[in-house]
Amino acid sequence: MENITNEIRPITMAEFFPTVIQMKMEQWRLVQICAVRIEEGFELSYSFSQRYHMVTLRLVTGTEEPISSITQVYPCAFLQENEMAELFGVPVQSISQDYKHKLYRIDRETPFKEKG
Amino acid sequence: MAKKSIVPFGPQHPVLPEPIHLDLVLEDETVVEAVPSIGYVHRGLEKLVEKKDFKQYVYIAERVCGICSCGHGLGYCEAVEHVMGIEAPRRAQYLRTIWMEMSRVHSHLLWLGLLADALGFESLFMEAWRLREQILDMFDATTGGRIIFSVNCVGGVLKDMDDSMLRALSETVKQMRHEFKPIAETFLHDYTIQSRLCGLGVLDRKEAILSGAVGPMLRASGEAIDMRMLGYGAYHDLAFVPITSSEGDAYARCEVRLKETLMSLRLIEEAIDRIPSGDLSVPIKGNPNGEYFMRIEQPRGEAIYYVKGNGTKNLERFRLRTPTTSNIAPMLGLLKGCQLADVPLLILTIDPCISCTER
Repeated sequence: MENITNEIRPITMAEFFPTVIQMKMEQWRLVQICAVRIEEGFELSYSFSQRYHMVTLRLVTGTEEPISSITQVYPCAFLQENEMAELFGVPVQSISQDYKHKLYRIDRETPFKEKG
Repeated sequence: MAKKSIVPFGPQHPVLPEPIHLDLVLEDETVVEAVPSIGYVHRGLEKLVEKKDFKQYVYIAERVCGICSCGHGLGYCEAVEHVMGIEAPRRAQYLRTIWMEMSRVHSHLLWLGLLADALGFESLFMEAWRLREQILDMFDATTGGRIIFSVNCVGGVLKDMDDSMLRALSETVKQMRHEFKPIAETFLHDYTIQSRLCGLGVLDRKEAILSGAVGPMLRASGEAIDMRMLGYGAYHDLAFVPITSSEGDAYARCEVRLKETLMSLRLIEEAIDRIPSGDLSVPIKGNPNGEYFMRIEQPRGEAIYYVKGNGTKNLERFRLRTPTTSNIAPMLGLLKGCQLADVPLLILTIDPCISCTER
């Protein structure tokens, strides 16, 4: 297949929510959410797919900077957002089904937050 | 007024081979809400990528799950190869494709057996698993392992199949196609199976897309999306179209898996006929520096492998989004409004793999 998009699009916090709503209106499906620990905080990737095209919205946030849940727009995001909050300590607010760090039965709090 | 009660379902249940727990909120016998709990066996395998050499990590990726082992290794290797700008030799790509399709047949036959067992159709369960044994024997003969086998490496594959092995595999697959047809006919036309599956858990196309459904669950709702169409491995050389159904119910999900099994057997034969000679791997120089999202079609649906390298031998991040993670949300939607007695069957029709989800 030719000309299949698989792009990573950097985005600011102000642009984030309107873009997610736009994606929903254009019937993109949410395919994954991923957090990566970086020096200044977290690098968050929200990937959407339409047919075989994939666009990843890339957001950089501080460690204590809260981010709104997208479950109001994509209800299916709740598992991956809970995972991000629980493993990395990303402060995700207003998840429709918030497990409050009880999604996984693990001993350590936010085990992926520190490197190594 | 209907009586409201909460029934805990799982984590141990005869229909669930792996632990998932649901709190089912019922009004009389009708489910009005389902609240899932997972995390009983979370292993944190993604984190290990920071401590292991990126080449060693293939072995860990292959051990995320038994049924999807080959696919996890392949997805990880392809992602790293994209970052490093290398391409596995053509023969290696064909071998990967053959093992992937054998894994799909294995997975679908396993699921069909579990479905028959859940329906109380024991002879059909045994027939499906008898056939599955032949695939496991061929895994054993070609890789040395029946369930988890290490064949992928960054840059190619570790094992080859000689001509006699390929001929034996082709003969086995031909025989399996012949033996699978009456099993498929029974699943598709038996009255009791139809009465349990038809009209159960209907997911329409639009809802399937927006709720994030993937794999046979999405295709059973009429959306022809199959990541093999992206052409990784040898798929761009093989005649292949996504298999769909339009009804979106449990029967449609069964129908899609049955037809995919037949198609996978045909794809194995076609790949054997066209496999080129050549090297098994290319030498690897340096370390990955960059990032890539790789998508492949696992038996249960689209899986995403994200790797991020920083030029050292340890990757900065590996993320695996498994098909079941995506299929849990649409499953919860389907459970609303169904009868308590149908819950085990409905959960089974998404073919959940908790081992993958708890990577």
